Amino acid sequence: METLSIYVPRLVTKGEYIASGHRACSGCGEVLAVRYVCKALGRNAIISMATGCMEIISSPLPESAWEVPWIHTLFENASAVASGIESGIKALKRKHGYTKEVKVVAMGGDGGTADIGLQSLSGALERGHDFLYVCYDNEAYMNTGIQRSSETPFGASTTTAPAGKKSMGQHTWKKNMAAIAAAHNISYVATSCSSYPIDIMTKVEKAVKVKGPSYIHILSVCPTGWRCRSSETIKVGRLAVETGIFPIYEIENGQYKLNIDLPYLRPVEDYLKLQGRYRHLTKESIAEIQVKVVEEYNKVRQLAGLKKIK
Amino acid sequence: MTSKRTGIESSLAIAEAVKLANTDVIAAYPITPQTHIVEGLAEMVANGELDAEYIPVESEHSAMSACLGSSAVGARTFTATAGQGLILMHEVLLVAASMRLPIVMTVANRALSGPLNVWGDQSDAMSTRDSGWIQMFVENGQQAFDQVICAFYIAEHPDVLLPTMINVDGFHISHVIEPIEMLDRKTVDGFLPPYKRKYTLDPDNPVSMGCFAAPNIYAETRKDLDAALRDSRKVILEVWRKYGDLTGRHYKLVEKYKADNMETLLVTAGGYSENAMDAIDKMQSEGKKVGLVRVRLWRPFPYEEMVQALSGASNVIVLDRAISLGGPAPICSEIRAALYTGDKRPQVASIVGGLGGRDVSPADFEKLVEMGLQQIKAGRTAETIMYGVRE
Repeated sequence: METLSIYVPRLVTKGEYIASGHRACSGCGEVLAVRYVCKALGRNAIISMATGCMEIISSPLPESAWEVPWIHTLFENASAVASGIESGIKALKRKHGYTKEVKVVAMGGDGGTADIGLQSLSGALERGHDFLYVCYDNEAYMNTGIQRSSETPFGASTTTAPAGKKSMGQHTWKKNMAAIAAAHNISYVATSCSSYPIDIMTKVEKAVKVKGPSYIHILSVCPTGWRCRSSETIKVGRLAVETGIFPIYEIENGQYKLNIDLPYLRPVEDYLKLQGRYRHLTKESIAEIQVKVVEEYNKVRQLAGLKKIK
Repeated sequence: MTSKRTGIESSLAIAEAVKLANTDVIAAYPITPQTHIVEGLAEMVANGELDAEYIPVESEHSAMSACLGSSAVGARTFTATAGQGLILMHEVLLVAASMRLPIVMTVANRALSGPLNVWGDQSDAMSTRDSGWIQMFVENGQQAFDQVICAFYIAEHPDVLLPTMINVDGFHISHVIEPIEMLDRKTVDGFLPPYKRKYTLDPDNPVSMGCFAAPNIYAETRKDLDAALRDSRKVILEVWRKYGDLTGRHYKLVEKYKADNMETLLVTAGGYSENAMDAIDKMQSEGKKVGLVRVRLWRPFPYEEMVQALSGASNVIVLDRAISLGGPAPICSEIRAALYTGDKRPQVASIVGGLGGRDVSPADFEKLVEMGLQQIKAGRTAETIMYGVRE
């Protein structure tokens, strides 16, 4: 393992396609994930990005952090714009002698993907465009000030689902976007996390090789919105995985594969206690979360043909 | 050069024009009364008559969004919509203009909900007035065919690079079979230059499109767009001149019909203008001094030409086929504003009629002119008359 951890990073390109000097918060896990995704994509990619943190931190006129062709138009339509890019290139290839091999990639946050952008994403997946969609999920509308989304986890306090005397914050469970994407019968779906660079890059490389649509959902740690220390971004992301709260898996042609197969799960409290958004939780709520996490984790294990764990 | 006249539904003639322009990408969503246009195109693509990517999107919002993407990589792009579809894509229309993407769109004008109404009026077009698109009205299928060909030329011209919208009345034009003179492929190829833009989404020359603008630069971007839209009239005139030379069909920013030296001028936009012409013929044969002025180019609005066309008259009667709830009717308000800058200010009466597909026949136009004149005589021009409404 030690040798591997020295060797593997050497395989990663030194090329950067999102330049430093952007305006992300310190400790931003999302921009880290974007960086890894872009490294794996390389220079022959066109990015269609939804409105959100990554767009705002990277593109204040007249500056731009993007070293690859990049287009941002609106919040809910990154997939539809990508559909047009992909179709346009197809027509140019057939009719006007266009010869470049370009990867078309749409990106958005959890709001731009699971809420306002769900329709255009579903349309683009269903139509079978040859593109990759990457969701950077930081579990709330962070760009507008930590409002709840359908990806906000149960029990988290946000500015529009705050914890109070009569509320424990978010009272719904996180929407399962990977399953929704997979329900479109696309060839490649995966989850990943900003704390696992090699996992992200391997999956992006795999996804763009697929003919037709592919989808990657990346849990992206947000110290600002999660109220955790910006120095603990990587640790918090790892704990999300090690507690089973965010399982890392792939769905290749409908077949689930658990990429990080843990012998046992750490208690969810290890993860929750590092974050201010969960500060109000009672022992009972934590116990409720613990039960649900194991249940959901085992569902994935079962789909991957693995035995349940306790 | 040009072929003989063919009896064809206007919607299909529009599809023919899009085919003749060798369009690369069509992204569209079905909505009455536009659907025949994109059905026609889908059939052409399916038959191999037109080599294009047809994207059957899941909403009009995505239709226009897909158009942004394809136009941004340098593909010639077309869509069509109507009514609710146009206002659902409203958000995207503004971005198309601000990103200077020369998408061409026909709108089969339709009333807006609620209540739901699929029939024609121009409320949809009026709701997108300030979107930054070049916008024009046509009065029949021939004009629709001609303007689609011209629109690609205008929109994609390097001095313009703006999306262009052609307003075609729903049903009254879109579904009518007319004798239309088509052009052949060779003629269109000779007329219409290929779409080439300096900046595309290209890995060899990466650019960022759609950066956000803070208060220190936003106003400059809007000023720039406004200047581009205003300046487009030069190219519009040039393209229409070339097209006129080629086909003998000449278009003007403001169209006049028997309007010289008339005491009273009626103003219309779109297909009902032809009914108005019949009414004008009859009224003039009875010795009445009434002529007609039609809005052709709606954005950029040709203020000077409009003032020139109208300021010689004593009375102007404007028919709007859209209602601005709680405010002045949209075309009339524009015309009043234009005339106020001139030395001579005719009296202007405002009439709203023909909403939601209700007919305005030549006989109605005669009545409508009388009503307008009475209104002016009574000094009640501040009021807007709703024509033919049961109260």
